[in-house]
Amino acid sequence: MQNNRSLELGTGLFVLLGFAALAFLTTQLPGTSLKLSGGSDGYGVTAKFDNIGDLKEGSPVTMAGVRVGRVESIRFDPRDFKAAVTLRIEKQYSEIPDDSDASIQTAGLLGGKYVGIGPGGSETFLKEGGQIEFTQSAIVLESLVNKFFANMASKGPDAQQGTAPAATGEQEKK
Amino acid sequence: MSNGAESVPIAAIRRVGSVAVFLGQVLAQVPPAFAKPRLIVQQIYNAGARSLVIIMLSGLFVGMVLGLQGFDLLQRFGSEDALGVAAALGLLKELGPVVTALLFAGRAGTSLTSEIGLMKATDQLTAMQMMAVDPVRYVVAPRFIGSFIAMPLLNAIFCGIGLFGAQLIGVSLMGVDAGAFWSQTQNAVELNDVAEGIIKSVAFGTACGLIAVYEGYHAAPTAEGVGLATTRTVVTSSVLVLLVDYMLTAAFLTTH
Repeated sequence: MQNNRSLELGTGLFVLLGFAALAFLTTQLPGTSLKLSGGSDGYGVTAKFDNIGDLKEGSPVTMAGVRVGRVESIRFDPRDFKAAVTLRIEKQYSEIPDDSDASIQTAGLLGGKYVGIGPGGSETFLKEGGQIEFTQSAIVLESLVNKFFANMASKGPDAQQGTAPAATGEQEKK
Repeated sequence: MSNGAESVPIAAIRRVGSVAVFLGQVLAQVPPAFAKPRLIVQQIYNAGARSLVIIMLSGLFVGMVLGLQGFDLLQRFGSEDALGVAAALGLLKELGPVVTALLFAGRAGTSLTSEIGLMKATDQLTAMQMMAVDPVRYVVAPRFIGSFIAMPLLNAIFCGIGLFGAQLIGVSLMGVDAGAFWSQTQNAVELNDVAEGIIKSVAFGTACGLIAVYEGYHAAPTAEGVGLATTRTVVTSSVLVLLVDYMLTAAFLTTH
């Protein structure tokens, strides 16, 4: 009897553990539902971007390369057709000027996107619910490459004569 | 069974045929075996719950090694953030199912073979047959079902622990950002990848279970015969798992 009970207990434990692991793998990994702990500390500010690239919730927010917070939520604002990104910045970095700018950058060659904050010169600081006005969208590599080739093509043989000013290149294209 | 004078290829073909015939016998007895769920629970306990420690320990260390090696490699491209993706996809699609199956063959497969082989050597199977009790239904089928059920669960546990190990090394030791680690992982892993690993582990569970019960049931009924059968279980299951893994991987890559 005792033996039976421990057998059932062991099997039950194993099966439950197995299904818990299975549930974790199927629901938490492919989704965006995993909430990172310690996210509620600090203060939240929003920034609106024209294009966020593949920025994700949980991506880091950095100043001068040091992580000061993370992206809390991303939603689409239907009024001005921009992406409203909420940044959760840690408490100890409470003195960020409110005219700072936010830009979306890429970490390394294969790395993910992150938000970099460049400090402004204002005497007042960002606080809970504040908004970063100056933003720079993610650089989409394909459009950059397209621009480059369009420029090259419009310059044509002139390009061989040396460094033609960019302004004339623009005019020729038009 | 074998008459000694057969050439090697003929013997190999005969063996494949014999395994296939035995698979048919076992599969025919699988539905009736569910009439005795207690026997199956017992086998899930033997094959699954008692392999838990070795699976969890191995998963942790495999994950930690992935974390170290992955970090070292990705660092060269300045892409440490992709560590989570590399570890998760590696574990889910290949390392999880394959390493679990190899460990399972060594841990549970051997014990199945020697148990059934010893039952045969001590005439217990013959005694059951004389009492009109089908040993395939009451001894072989529950063990086969047990490993079939246990393998995907063990695989899921292995992957979960492995991911934790990779996270432990990558995030806590090497300083990869936790947010980047998980958000990139969630971005890159799709349900397809998880399903691929589960399908693989179901296939491996079937293969390992079948080989283990086959070798036990067909072992020479001597002490030496049981020992040889146990060795054959490990060798055959390991090779079969790697072979099936290649075929399944190729199939998944072409259907995507």
